[in-house]
Amino acid sequence: MNEQVATVAANERRLTIARAMAEAIALEMRTDPSVFVMGEDIAKLGGVFGNTRGLLEEFGSERIRDTPISETAFMGAAVGAASDGMRPVVELMFVDFFGVCFDAIYNCAAKNAYFSGGNVKVPMVLMTSTGGGYSDAGQHSQCLYGTFAHLPGMKVVTPSNAYDAKGLMTTAIRDDNPVIYMFHKGLQGMGWLGTEPGATVHVPEEAYEIPFGKAAVVRKGTDVTIVGVGMGVHHSLKAADKLAAQGVSAEVIDLRTLVPLDRDTVFNSVAKTGRLIVVDEDYKSYGVTGEIIATIAERDVSVLKASPQRVAYPDIPIPFTRPMEQFALPNPDKILVAYENLKRARTWRWL
Amino acid sequence: MTPTREQKFWMYRNMLVSRFHEEVIEQIYLEGKKPVFNMANGPIPGEMHLSNGQEPCAVGVCAHLKPADVVTSTHRPHHVAIAKGVNLNKMVAEIFGKKTGLSGGRGGHMHIFDADVNFACSGIIGQGMGPAVGAALSRKMQGKEGVAVAFIGEGAVNQGAFHEAMNLAAVWKLPFICIIEDNQWGISVAKSESTAVPDNSVRAQAYGIPGYQVRDNDTYEIFRVAGEAIERARNGGGPSLIEIETYRLAGHFMGDAEGYRPAGELDGLRAKDPINVMRARLGSEEGLTDEQDEQIKAECRKLVDDAVQFARDSEYPAAEEAMEKVFV
Repeated sequence: MNEQVATVAANERRLTIARAMAEAIALEMRTDPSVFVMGEDIAKLGGVFGNTRGLLEEFGSERIRDTPISETAFMGAAVGAASDGMRPVVELMFVDFFGVCFDAIYNCAAKNAYFSGGNVKVPMVLMTSTGGGYSDAGQHSQCLYGTFAHLPGMKVVTPSNAYDAKGLMTTAIRDDNPVIYMFHKGLQGMGWLGTEPGATVHVPEEAYEIPFGKAAVVRKGTDVTIVGVGMGVHHSLKAADKLAAQGVSAEVIDLRTLVPLDRDTVFNSVAKTGRLIVVDEDYKSYGVTGEIIATIAERDVSVLKASPQRVAYPDIPIPFTRPMEQFALPNPDKILVAYENLKRARTWRWL
Repeated sequence: MTPTREQKFWMYRNMLVSRFHEEVIEQIYLEGKKPVFNMANGPIPGEMHLSNGQEPCAVGVCAHLKPADVVTSTHRPHHVAIAKGVNLNKMVAEIFGKKTGLSGGRGGHMHIFDADVNFACSGIIGQGMGPAVGAALSRKMQGKEGVAVAFIGEGAVNQGAFHEAMNLAAVWKLPFICIIEDNQWGISVAKSESTAVPDNSVRAQAYGIPGYQVRDNDTYEIFRVAGEAIERARNGGGPSLIEIETYRLAGHFMGDAEGYRPAGELDGLRAKDPINVMRARLGSEEGLTDEQDEQIKAECRKLVDDAVQFARDSEYPAAEEAMEKVFV
């Protein structure tokens, strides 16, 4: 194989989000001895969702620690270790399990910097799986983005593809604040879960950071802005393809991080298109969709040519049975319906 | 393990500073709250949990600790903070909500953090267990000097956090000590009504670790048992659990009428005030005279008075500083 071919092959290296996360962690662990991983089934199993695969073999059981099923204890321990000079990457297997350890998260991790006037840092990464679509019912399928993003003191990131997953993980580990890293099971590239092929993309081998608070305009357009997060980005891109077939030019924004939130990129896009659809697999009320719309309304509501639309999970617990769950989930067709509603919505008349 | 003369006087002085601190805070807390008690008023607003009577727990344990060791404490933290060496001026300023306080007024009396001596406390029962275990894990992983001690109340053993953290500390054999300050009361609920076993040290068996109960708020016995546990932890011997029978000589918080206390209980406890016990011991064992005692007390009072003056003289933070330090 000549050198040029080898370079091309390397450039085309595509990773799943799971492998991209593991690679980012491994790269940081090689250079920073304070980084370690703990959680349930993250060592020998490599994580239920594959994002710690291979780490035990390279780093050993001292730094890749299986924990008891004791989220309250090990989440609290992550706070204590982070305050004492370590950089724990701790896994909460399903975000739905937050209920048994939330005190350590939102009362300690999120507040200790503030309570100490900045004298105590809590540089921990809490990585946790989100999302449904595979009939795992209402305690293993939630997103809860808004729950975490609502509470001050935590940064919240939500990668939609493997390139972002690696860069956001690197940034998260290097950040001196608690970072909630919310990956979507349906984007993870696990063989046993249905997976979105668009999430598996080229990932450079070296470490790189993706800055927090910078949304990505993943598709340029002029007629309508579709804002998505995680799986919602892929729904949005598919809907944009279909809209393009109808002659509608949709701009798609991947928020990438919810805290900090890149309000400028969203606003500038909506100022250009005048129309806004927000797509979120988290519950509809009091969540990300409302926050995005409020961002526009607060800054300059006159940029809107029509009432914004949202495609989000209805305010119900997530049902098990396939027809009910699929009925409730966002999808590209619902975005098309939202666009029809947007067209029908009365155009604002400004005095 | 018995305390040296120097250690005895160290403990006595810290007990005195702690008690004088609580007595002064009590007086100041009531400023602006008479004749009508309103928690929001006065130079020290908010809840106030005083530690009068629990000083032996703090000094008996902290006599063995260095600044590098980690301590987490409770919503009733002052005695432990003082014994751990938290900066008194900054702590009192924090209690007043002043700019010169440990966090510049963001935390207050239930959220005292002093990174210089690795002290933290929090307002939720049992909350300090996990973080202390994590600090112990950090020390073990880094091969860094230090043990971690979580002070909790006897009510906290009925929290899930207690069980989970004890198991984690034991299964990972961490340099961790859990100190249960058993003051018999969870606000108004007696230990006998909340807890299935009279002696929580038996719970240590569930984790395969040593457990001890110290009776009667005995400073020397606390010193001995804690000293052995801390030494064991420093030498890689893993965690221990110690329950101390202590006395809450004040209400749960300021303003607590304590109608739930059996008649005579408080008088009985006051008769066994650990500061008087310590004073008597120092007299018989170390020849402490009344004159010397007055001198020590004056010095301890001055530390507290100076800290209070520092706090009173300090400015409040600019209100908009509230927006800072959410992230570092």
